Amino acid sequence: MLSRTADNLFWIARYMERAENTARLLEVGDRISLIPSVHGYRNEWDSLLRASGSADGFAQKYDDPVARNIESYLFFDPGNPSSVASCLKQARENARIVRTALTTQVWDALNTAFQELKQIERRPRSELDLTEMTEWVTQKTATVRGAIMATLLRNDGWDFLNLGYALERADATARLIDVKYYVLLPRVEFVGSGLDNYQWMTLLRALSLHRAFNWSYAGDLTARKIADFLILNPQNPRALTTSMEAVNMALDRIAKAYGRETEAQDCARRMLADLSATDPDAIFDEGMHEFVTRFINDAGRLSASVAATYLTGDAR
Amino acid sequence: MFDRGQVRAPYVGLDGWTRAMPSELRHMKQAEAEALFRRIGITFAVYGEGGDPDRLIPFDMFPRVFAAAEWARLERGIKQRARALNAFLVDVYGRGEIVRAGRIPAHLVYRNAAFEKAVVGFLPPKGVYSHIVGIDLVRTGPDEFFVLEDNCRTPSGVSYMLENREIMMRMFPDLFRENRIEPVDNYPALLRRTLASVAPQKCEGEPTIVILTPGHFNSAYYEHSFLADMMGVELVEGQDLFVEGEYVFMRTTEGPKRVDVIYRRIDDAFIDPLCFRPDSMLGIPGLMDVYRSGGVNICSCPGAGVADDKAVYTYVPEMVRFYLGEEPILKNVPTWQCAKRDELLYVLDNMADLVVKEVHGSGGYGMLVGPKSTGDQIAAFRARVADNPENYIAQPTLALSTTPTFVNEGVAPRHVDLRPYCLVGERVELVPGGLTRVALTEGSLVVNSSQGGGVKDTWVLAE
Repeated sequence: MLSRTADNLFWIARYMERAENTARLLEVGDRISLIPSVHGYRNEWDSLLRASGSADGFAQKYDDPVARNIESYLFFDPGNPSSVASCLKQARENARIVRTALTTQVWDALNTAFQELKQIERRPRSELDLTEMTEWVTQKTATVRGAIMATLLRNDGWDFLNLGYALERADATARLIDVKYYVLLPRVEFVGSGLDNYQWMTLLRALSLHRAFNWSYAGDLTARKIADFLILNPQNPRALTTSMEAVNMALDRIAKAYGRETEAQDCARRMLADLSATDPDAIFDEGMHEFVTRFINDAGRLSASVAATYLTGDAR
Repeated sequence: MFDRGQVRAPYVGLDGWTRAMPSELRHMKQAEAEALFRRIGITFAVYGEGGDPDRLIPFDMFPRVFAAAEWARLERGIKQRARALNAFLVDVYGRGEIVRAGRIPAHLVYRNAAFEKAVVGFLPPKGVYSHIVGIDLVRTGPDEFFVLEDNCRTPSGVSYMLENREIMMRMFPDLFRENRIEPVDNYPALLRRTLASVAPQKCEGEPTIVILTPGHFNSAYYEHSFLADMMGVELVEGQDLFVEGEYVFMRTTEGPKRVDVIYRRIDDAFIDPLCFRPDSMLGIPGLMDVYRSGGVNICSCPGAGVADDKAVYTYVPEMVRFYLGEEPILKNVPTWQCAKRDELLYVLDNMADLVVKEVHGSGGYGMLVGPKSTGDQIAAFRARVADNPENYIAQPTLALSTTPTFVNEGVAPRHVDLRPYCLVGERVELVPGGLTRVALTEGSLVVNSSQGGGVKDTWVLAE
């Protein structure tokens, strides 16, 4: 497969996953702003902006992190590369470039999302209901993923799409953990003090995982259990372990198809082995922020290695 | 459709169909067709011209129909012309016999902007320079066709030929059950076979074919990706290819892969920045060296454009006689060359009755339609022609025939032209059909999509 084609497929997946994550953040922020709280909503919005990597861009454009500005910035703003609109448009543009590597149904799902987005953009903002919009996004991203699963050839293109989805998801979960932890609870001794339960619940909501958590841990909301759930529990679809398993599966299939292993496989295996070898106590001993930062850096290196090995076509 | 009040034979099958279709159904079907085009993403992006980058070309549901015998003659004429054009290209980049025989003026060839010094003395595989020849035709009478223009470089529009058919079959399956219509859908397979048949000398085994596109901002990008998809070959951009040693390679996830045949959809000037425009980001440095040493074939070959400009056009019937020893089956539109003194005088005196065109103009720009112009416009154009006669040709306004077309009020006659796509490789082949473009404005002769023209399906009926 052409390296440029693989690159576009990889990024279609990353943009779609990113659009979904941004929409989830928006939804949870909106929800929190409805609930009176001693922490105030401003901090929440701020942490959400940080989680999406949009805090600086937002600050340059707006003073007040009020809901309306945040909605505009995270959902519509073309200047924000992580906004839902930017991600969906970029994904559709990438798909247009690699039409030949997608089925009609996948193209149709992406293109329909794009056409509908243009209609949403034309509607007056006062008529738009945020929940309706975020639900629309999760529905569209699910349709695209469903079309990929149902119709795409299980060749290397499929593997690069899955790789993009899994890497983006690992990165998003890690950043969310880090931001919540670093911004709100910089000191480890506060953990479990009772002050932070509300924050953790917010985090679970942002991932649409609060009910799943309750099922898995009988509602026992402690920092240790949440760390276990978000980082190590293979039942959690967004856990770092689960995402890294998916990354490894895609990379192993690529290595098998091409008949050669590269440093990308080594790197991904090491990351997964690290996760399997650790437990919540060890993570807290290292420091949550330190642990997550290490993971994010490793993920960045892995992404760079995937690019250099497969996506630029410069490797021999 | 009508001939002396009678429905012309090929259209009999459609007569009842239009009568049976109430206007509400027609509007519904029209909307359905447009939704299909938009969903599939068949758009005509004109970037840089402003407007909607996802513009649709208007689609007329009324097909244009050819009887088997009409088509058989056209097919012979088109293949004959495509062979002659290629023979001409081989000759002018080789011995130049047609010039030495005095059958075409030397300066028209050797001082032509499209003449490519880089391929002089080089014979491409199987002696083919132009592999996809698009010949634009108009009909003036029951058995009379004129060639308007030859396109020897990279004629576009073939995806419309295929998609128009696809959409007609989807919307009106009954029409295809009731009429015996020759299929066009083996075009991609024929194109692939044609490209494979001109693999370069150094190719080992099954040739690797790619389509080279300027990228997704190009107005014909849909067509490029459609053809790559249908043929099962990679669609590449310049950045995906590189030259190493004697070969061209593409960058793949498994490392470099050799490329044997490049169906390029970018202009000569952008192919190789070392050989042509140094500022081109679209091309592949060193490609021409590999091409000339037989490491890769480029379709169509650089320099093929010398056969298709409006001044050389005049001599194509002469080429048919000179190279093939046959009488041309298809006629040229009579053409006055302003470069010739006596013909210039005629053009200047009769401009009000003529169509005057720039030799290198295209897309309906830089021309005068005498009968539709004011005295002042004609006078101004006369001055321009007198000033630089070599830059102009003139043709009579033909009494073009029309075909039935759906308009708001129902069915009405509109002017059309036809572009069939002739494939030249080891064999010369043609699918039964082509792209029919239609001038949707009443009385208009201009069918270009950039000037509001539309497209329709083209049927060739089986015997």
